[in-house]
Amino acid sequence: MSAPRLLEIAGLKVHFKTDDGWVRAVDGVDIGVDAGETLCVVGESGCGKTVTAKTILKLIDMPPGRIVAGSITWQGRDLVPMTGAQMRAIRTKQIGFIFQEPMTSLNPVYTVGEQIAEAVRMHEGLSRRAAMDRAAEMLSLVHIPNAARRVHDYPHQFSGGMRQRVMIAMALSCNPKLIIADEPTTALDVTIQAQILDLMNEMKEKLGTAILLITHAMGVVAETAQRVVVMYAGKVVEEAPVGPLFATPRHPYTQGLIRSIPRLDLAATEHKRLEAIPGTVPSLLDPPPGCRFAARCRFAQAECRSAEPPLRELATGHKVACHFAESIAA
Amino acid sequence: MTQYLIRRLLIAIPSLLGISVILFTVLALAPGDPFEELATNPAIPPEVRQQLRASLGMDDPIHIRYFSWLAAMLRGEWGYSFVSRIPVDDLILQRLPTTIAVIGASQVLALCIALPVGVYSATRPYSIFDQIANTLAFIGFSLPTFFTGLLFILFFSIYLDWLPFVYNANINATGWKWWWEQIRQSIMPVAVLGLFQGAAWTRYVRSAVLDVIRLDHVTTARAKGLPESRITMRHVVRNAMIPVVTLVALQMPAVFGGAIVTEQIFRVPGIGSLLISAILANDTPVIMAVTFVLSALVIFFNLVADILYGWLDPRISYR
Amino acid sequence: MAGSIPASATASPAAASRPRVGPWKEAWRRFRKHRLAVVSAVVLAMLVLAVLIGPLVWRVPIDEIDFTARLAGPSWEHPLGTDDLGQDLLARMLYGGRISLAVGVTAMFVAVGLGVLIGSIAGMAGGKLDAALMWVTDLFLSLPQLPVLLLIIYLFRDSLKDVVGPEMGVFILIVTVIGLFNWMPVARLVRAQFFSLREKEFVEAARALGASRIRLVVRHILPNALGPVIVAATIDVAAAIIAESTLSFLGLGFPPDIPTWGRLLFDAKDNLDFAPHWALFPGLAIFLAVVTINFVGDGLRDALDPRRVQ
Repeated sequence: MSAPRLLEIAGLKVHFKTDDGWVRAVDGVDIGVDAGETLCVVGESGCGKTVTAKTILKLIDMPPGRIVAGSITWQGRDLVPMTGAQMRAIRTKQIGFIFQEPMTSLNPVYTVGEQIAEAVRMHEGLSRRAAMDRAAEMLSLVHIPNAARRVHDYPHQFSGGMRQRVMIAMALSCNPKLIIADEPTTALDVTIQAQILDLMNEMKEKLGTAILLITHAMGVVAETAQRVVVMYAGKVVEEAPVGPLFATPRHPYTQGLIRSIPRLDLAATEHKRLEAIPGTVPSLLDPPPGCRFAARCRFAQAECRSAEPPLRELATGHKVACHFAESIAA
Repeated sequence: MTQYLIRRLLIAIPSLLGISVILFTVLALAPGDPFEELATNPAIPPEVRQQLRASLGMDDPIHIRYFSWLAAMLRGEWGYSFVSRIPVDDLILQRLPTTIAVIGASQVLALCIALPVGVYSATRPYSIFDQIANTLAFIGFSLPTFFTGLLFILFFSIYLDWLPFVYNANINATGWKWWWEQIRQSIMPVAVLGLFQGAAWTRYVRSAVLDVIRLDHVTTARAKGLPESRITMRHVVRNAMIPVVTLVALQMPAVFGGAIVTEQIFRVPGIGSLLISAILANDTPVIMAVTFVLSALVIFFNLVADILYGWLDPRISYR
Repeated sequence: MAGSIPASATASPAAASRPRVGPWKEAWRRFRKHRLAVVSAVVLAMLVLAVLIGPLVWRVPIDEIDFTARLAGPSWEHPLGTDDLGQDLLARMLYGGRISLAVGVTAMFVAVGLGVLIGSIAGMAGGKLDAALMWVTDLFLSLPQLPVLLLIIYLFRDSLKDVVGPEMGVFILIVTVIGLFNWMPVARLVRAQFFSLREKEFVEAARALGASRIRLVVRHILPNALGPVIVAATIDVAAAIIAESTLSFLGLGFPPDIPTWGRLLFDAKDNLDFAPHWALFPGLAIFLAVVTINFVGDGLRDALDPRRVQ
């Protein structure tokens, strides 16, 4: 790693207190994002990817959540020990956030213009009038027709896709260097999903904003990412540029994920059935020793159940956490 | 918004009619003659009473009687008190301002307790403060107003001798002294009503705020980098007010009930104590009119709540 | 969805691994967690026992007039003191408490019965009848209860007294009228239950098997509405006790020879300065009964109301 990264998460552990004990939702995660790139974090629900994303801006509830270990270095400064006031200066101003549920992420009692302007006035000290103008500008940037008029509309007057555009406009309103998007298309119709992804790609090209995209859909990964991080049960299991990841996935879990994508290009006569990964995610209350995927892995050996595999670099930029990564190439 | 207002008004009118039907049914089903008082009055010969009955339409079929009764009620022709021979509307107009003042002041007090305590509790759920506030609120609305009233009198009037326990409508003083006496004698009735309502509302505010605080848009507000105080006021409390307004409107009948009891305890000359004394004196015209006025007031405040609701929630008024 | 509440989402497999217990056992486990509710249940049980057994143990007559002991404070002879006629307050309170609590429970049954009936009809019929019944429900919710209660009692008291005697007359009147003004929440609950359960599989299955409508309601829908209705019924008992005390306190409830707690307060309020105990004890009894019932209701809500538990 030569140049310092925009965002560098190292050894991050986030645990949640529950009635039954501490849930280790994120258990030692390393992720780095470079300026201007799109990094996808992919994994099943409950693998810790959303918690990781929210922890960057400290948007998880603490308590019950707690950052147990690790650092989140943003442009050379560690966010973990920062005070509330310091964090607030970073939110939206430097790092924007887009949520999963556009239908509920906007406050129903204020106009969308007011909600965008609120962030702008807060961070840039603009007047009410100037902030509303900026809000209208942002809405037209994300291709909302009649933006100047629609700033005065309430969220319920927008469709789900349009609301997600508003959320993107809000996240971009203070010209941040990074946008974290937590499953931004999951709640939308398929046709709208593509439009939102296109819009995000366009914004990245136009504004040079880096994007950290959280998703569970490999299709979204293929369409947007330069680099991909695969998470499983609170840990990173593989990290690679998007080409090598799809061409030569090294971790058995990644291989399973890729095999579970429906493929239209294969003829039905090839009799290749869609594969699902057997079994379920282990409990994060008391995770088993060794590799967390071992219980579901068809290549698992005794070693996998006792020793935890470290994340090792197999090729440039291609890291994998598997003892037998070399021998089980797809 | 105008459309919404008109719709609400159109809903309020049938409610008022419905309540008038209920009141009239009760009156019509009642055994005995509401004019019995006249019958026992030796100064009025039976023939005169007969004529009076006929002129008032007492012998008409029931639906005709209902409509003429309703028309009279709506026109404010409520007859004369059997006891004092004063027109009923004069009696009520005399008393109404006091009742409204006591209720208004107690609602302000209730709000001043419920909002800060409820919001603070909800932002720190299950903390010591929350548990104490919650328990006190529970005790507060389990204490019937008549008992708190007596306790207040025992403590503040009899034991400490700080406050008068009988409300004096004609204070013999002027200027600031009049105000001072007025405030002193209003403290207990207002506090009794206000604390009771405050306890109930604290629970409403707390649960409404707890519901809102979990919502996604609050996280959005946090992601925008807003300070916590602004998030609480603008994105939590503002939204939580919407359900609270509905619950408070549902409480309005209970508020008037509490006012009647409080007025009775402290001898406040409002329409509540007018009602009780009228019942004890078998003064039917006054009883009917006061009940009707109180019903109309409840409907009116429900309408106010509806307007407030529409103003608070753009999803309602912009349809 | 999973992302927004990570703690519970990941914890759910562990929660599911907890030994499965029956719904009533589970409810009891949750109820026990509400400490104030448990304490209240014990206090309430003691209160009920005192009122039921008390008069058998404390055999002082409630109407024994003793002018030498007028307005006396608590003593060994009269543990709660006496009133202005020298009557023993403990005896009167024990006896009056029976009436107060009986009014509360009976009025609750009237309210719940009416609520279940109206709610079931509305929920089963749907359409116009449902809309009309819900309109009536809302109408009753916006009636100023106390004035109307007073009006009804004023108009009907004397004639009912002539028919069934003063005690029964007032009892029936008060219970009916209080019940008549408290059925609305239960009706709404039951109706809501109908609408949410009507399309559920087991009801569909029962209907497909040819179960009659009445049977469907009694066997399948009402048991599912039971939890919330029990909670509402508990709160109703407290509301009815308050309503009866209020009426008696205003001098429009029970006659003086039936010393319900509210009636005792009414008689005591003009002697506050000489005999505060006379007002304090019945007032405390009302408060204790209401607050414990409310806490038990709160505990039951935690235990039985699935909306809160989910």
